[in-house]
Amino acid sequence: MSANPEIMHRGLDTTPFLKRLGAFDWVWAALVLIGAVAAHRLYSDFMDGYEVGILYGTAAGLIWLGWGWKPMRGFSLAVALLSLAAIALYGSELTNGNSNFFLKFLISSQSAIMWMSALYVMATFAYIFEILSGSSFSGRVGSAMTWSATVMGSVGLMVRWRESYLMGADIGHIPVSNLYEVFVLFAVMTALLYLTYERRYNNRAMGAFVLTVISAAVAFILWYTFDREAHHIQPLVPALQSYWMKIHVPANFVGYGAFALAAMLGVAYLLIDRKPGGLLARRLPSLEILDDIMYKAIALGFAFFTVATVLGAMWAAEAWGGYWSWDPKETWALIVWLNYAAWLHLRLTKGWRGVPLAWWAIVGLFVTLFAFLGVNMFLSGLHSYGTL
Amino acid sequence: MNLAITLLVVIAIAAIIGTVLQQNQPYNDYIIKFGPYWFEVFKGLGLFDIYGTGWFWLLLGFLLISTTICVYRNTPAIIRDMRHFRLDVQEKSLRAFKHRDEWQSELSGEVLVTTLGTRLQQHGYQVRHKQHDGYRMVAAMRGGLGRLGYILSHLSIVVICLGGAIDGNLPLKLAEMRGEIQIEKRNIPVSEIAANSTLGTDNSSFRGSVEIPEGSRANFVFLQVRDGYLLQQLPFTVALEDFRIEHYPSGMPKSFESDLIIIDPDEKEPLRQTIKVNHPWVYKGYAIYQASFSDGGSEIKLKAWSLDKPDAEPLLIDGVVKETNQLVTPRGDYALEVTDFKPFNVFPAEEGSGKEFHNYGPSVIFKLRAANGEAREYVNYQVPISVEGRHFLLSGMRDTPAEEYRFLHIPIDSDGGINRFMRFLTLARDRALIERIARRLTTSDFDMTPEDPNFNDFVTSLVELQQLFINEGIDAVVELAERRVPEEKHNEAISSYIKLVQGLLGSVYVELLQGEGIDLSEGVDATQAQYFDDALNAFSLLGPYGSPMFLKLEEYKHVEATGLQIARAPGQNIVYLGCVMLMAGVFFMFYLHHRRLWLRIEEQDGHATILLAAAGHRERSDFDHEFELMCGDLRQHSSAQAN
Ligand code: HEM
Repeated sequence: MSANPEIMHRGLDTTPFLKRLGAFDWVWAALVLIGAVAAHRLYSDFMDGYEVGILYGTAAGLIWLGWGWKPMRGFSLAVALLSLAAIALYGSELTNGNSNFFLKFLISSQSAIMWMSALYVMATFAYIFEILSGSSFSGRVGSAMTWSATVMGSVGLMVRWRESYLMGADIGHIPVSNLYEVFVLFAVMTALLYLTYERRYNNRAMGAFVLTVISAAVAFILWYTFDREAHHIQPLVPALQSYWMKIHVPANFVGYGAFALAAMLGVAYLLIDRKPGGLLARRLPSLEILDDIMYKAIALGFAFFTVATVLGAMWAAEAWGGYWSWDPKETWALIVWLNYAAWLHLRLTKGWRGVPLAWWAIVGLFVTLFAFLGVNMFLSGLHSYGTL
Repeated sequence: MNLAITLLVVIAIAAIIGTVLQQNQPYNDYIIKFGPYWFEVFKGLGLFDIYGTGWFWLLLGFLLISTTICVYRNTPAIIRDMRHFRLDVQEKSLRAFKHRDEWQSELSGEVLVTTLGTRLQQHGYQVRHKQHDGYRMVAAMRGGLGRLGYILSHLSIVVICLGGAIDGNLPLKLAEMRGEIQIEKRNIPVSEIAANSTLGTDNSSFRGSVEIPEGSRANFVFLQVRDGYLLQQLPFTVALEDFRIEHYPSGMPKSFESDLIIIDPDEKEPLRQTIKVNHPWVYKGYAIYQASFSDGGSEIKLKAWSLDKPDAEPLLIDGVVKETNQLVTPRGDYALEVTDFKPFNVFPAEEGSGKEFHNYGPSVIFKLRAANGEAREYVNYQVPISVEGRHFLLSGMRDTPAEEYRFLHIPIDSDGGINRFMRFLTLARDRALIERIARRLTTSDFDMTPEDPNFNDFVTSLVELQQLFINEGIDAVVELAERRVPEEKHNEAISSYIKLVQGLLGSVYVELLQGEGIDLSEGVDATQAQYFDDALNAFSLLGPYGSPMFLKLEEYKHVEATGLQIARAPGQNIVYLGCVMLMAGVFFMFYLHHRRLWLRIEEQDGHATILLAAAGHRERSDFDHEFELMCGDLRQHSSAQAN
């Protein structure tokens, strides 16, 4: 299984970065910038200085991502167009969500999230079928479905953001404020991370593993929706009304997504290790590459998780009066962080590779899972969002 | 290194214990949960305050020392490594490299040095070259900052720990160990707190909380320490001018804010600022946070009916939230501890009401503590609540905070009061009247005459049954029935007992109606019948209700208190500096890859032989491929055509 030559080649192109950009790259940058300025002008009443900063920071990040990883552009445009369509169809009436056909069945946030759920589950089966049958068509279908699901999930979040404002200007908030919303975020983040690796390593069999964990998240979302009716938009408690939420939570979920991905590759690693000549060994990248992707994912996750924890501490200092309170959620973030720090040390300084680290990455997923779900279920503390 | 990894894991495990076992709860709760033996063991291990125990800090200390030593040992080598290009490396060493290539070029050594040097610079390398005896050496490297990443990130751990230690209460712990500080555990007025439980304004770091009612002030905060507290003095006074809270339609707080005044002896004028959640006021290094809110001592007027002597004139009680009144009742003396007042109570509305939420109006929460110390908790609503079109006064009761309230619904009169209910209850408690009625019923409904040998027994048991019902409630009647007859007849017995009680009280009700001058010639109308059922329901719960009094909230004056958290954390900026170093360091480590490359160029017989060797720090998987491409590129650029 060779790496994607197109991407690897770029490492050797000596043209200065900006000169390497084509016309489309500049169109892309212009579009993002126009979007950001429009959002700024339209919604400036709802933003403070920090939030304006976050808006332009996000725009810059998105431009950079689109330059470095071209599929991001089509993806973002699809999300933007569908979201704008939903916003236009809603107008100023939330009840249009029940009467307008497109909203009701396609792009109201709840419908979009249901589409996302269905597509992720179908994608999982497509990827699994690819492994079993070797049909690369099935793999491509899996990819297409994963992309579509990710578009729908992102649209769901964007539209939900708008819907919350339609419920009342004082209720509106970015949809990363409770367990339901962050589970959607988790699914979307993990999928996006996976899709970069899929392209980079030109291998779709990994999808069967990564999409399985996403499907598990989807199962939770569905249970949470139908059994607990947790999908209703709730107003924010005062502690969450802060610009910090906009950066702290997404940063955390890049981390969680990457850790989940690493763990699932760990599973793949162990399975292949058990049966070196088996079906999986033929379809998946080599053990060395799996090991390397695992490291890369954990490194990425660790870096973002570090940032998220630091941002969390800074937020805590502003909201609770102290940057560290040994609150259970905080403490579990530290535990997750220490766990992966130990993992990285074992690999980098002790030279560990392979099986033990794969196991450790899988255990790490459970530690992570407890930090983001278990703490809310079993422990009480200052983190006010989403008890189960 | 093994030590570092072990420490990371051990600290993580210790931290887990601290989250699973709720920290710093009242020690009594732990005794109940674990029993006295394990309580002592856990307490001895410091498990109830893990993050404050010596051994946990010792672990952190080890990590600090281990990281410091690690940084101290590695830094010089890393810096050397980052700066030196190693132009003197031996041919032998280069040939030992895993990544190595060799080719020939017709270009001169001088040209090669410049073209390949430039090419390497274009690839982002820093390049040096040196003319040796008989050969030239070009040494290049890039991504050196990646090595700096190690220093930054590991040094940051040291910086963060130091900043945290400044803000941790280490001096306080030492003072406590020396016995200079005594933790206060009693609930006593601030003025009575002893000097050795009070910390002066020279304490440089703390985090405490205080509640200030509207119009009041405080120049201190309380620091929670394990199961007690310390008083921390402030060099200024904080006064609460006004507190405002807004709610969502669901009754959930939307925002709350306090208009604060700081009166500082160093300032001529008082300073004013409004704070709210996420928007603290930082004044002279003291940060003042809006943390919570509570009742600041609302004044409430209660009307108290004796449930034992319902015809007695109700008492008027002036209460204040968080204060205690004495109640003298026929059942003995009670302490009335008013714990809270809520100006409104929003709950999801009844199905079909067309509204999502319903406001049940003000409520007062209190405890009634009997002389033996046992207490029950009550919540009483001020405004009558409509249930299926009828109106009731609601009072909830529970024995412990873990239970749900059980609600007593007292039907109200047409004028909104409960006098009629009390009159009915008076009659129902009137033993003489009950006996009279019981006799009459025994004759009329059970075909007995006073001459019957069982007549008196029957009457007495009827009366006892009714008294049981009114004094101990319906559950007691059910129990009695179950005790008296075999199991297969339980239901039958229960329903016949209840019928008996109903019959008796029905006659009492008729007396009440007649007393009110109501014409009963056409029977009892539906409204009156309904009232009877509702009153009977209320009677049936009076026993378990357990209160000698029914308290009705008459008037109130709401006083709010703001909950402030005041902190002094001089280490915060050090911690933040550490955090920035950490974030930068981690990204440098992961995303800047330090690699070196040498070109040894030796001229011989009109052509040059180029030996290329390369190495990456902790070689990563992509390096093989990168090296391959690099070789191709450099080979190409060392041919004459390419130039
Ligand atoms: C809370 C404590 C610590 C944390 C969070 C931490 C974190 C990390 C991380 C994330 C890496 C990975 C670097 C990479 O990917 O290149 C690393 C590398 C390393 N750590 Fe630590 N570390 C800690 C303590 C220590 C201690 C105490 C030592 C020494 C005994 C140590 C020695 C090293 C060494 C030698 C490396 C390899 C550096 C390199 O290859 O550039 N670390 N550390």
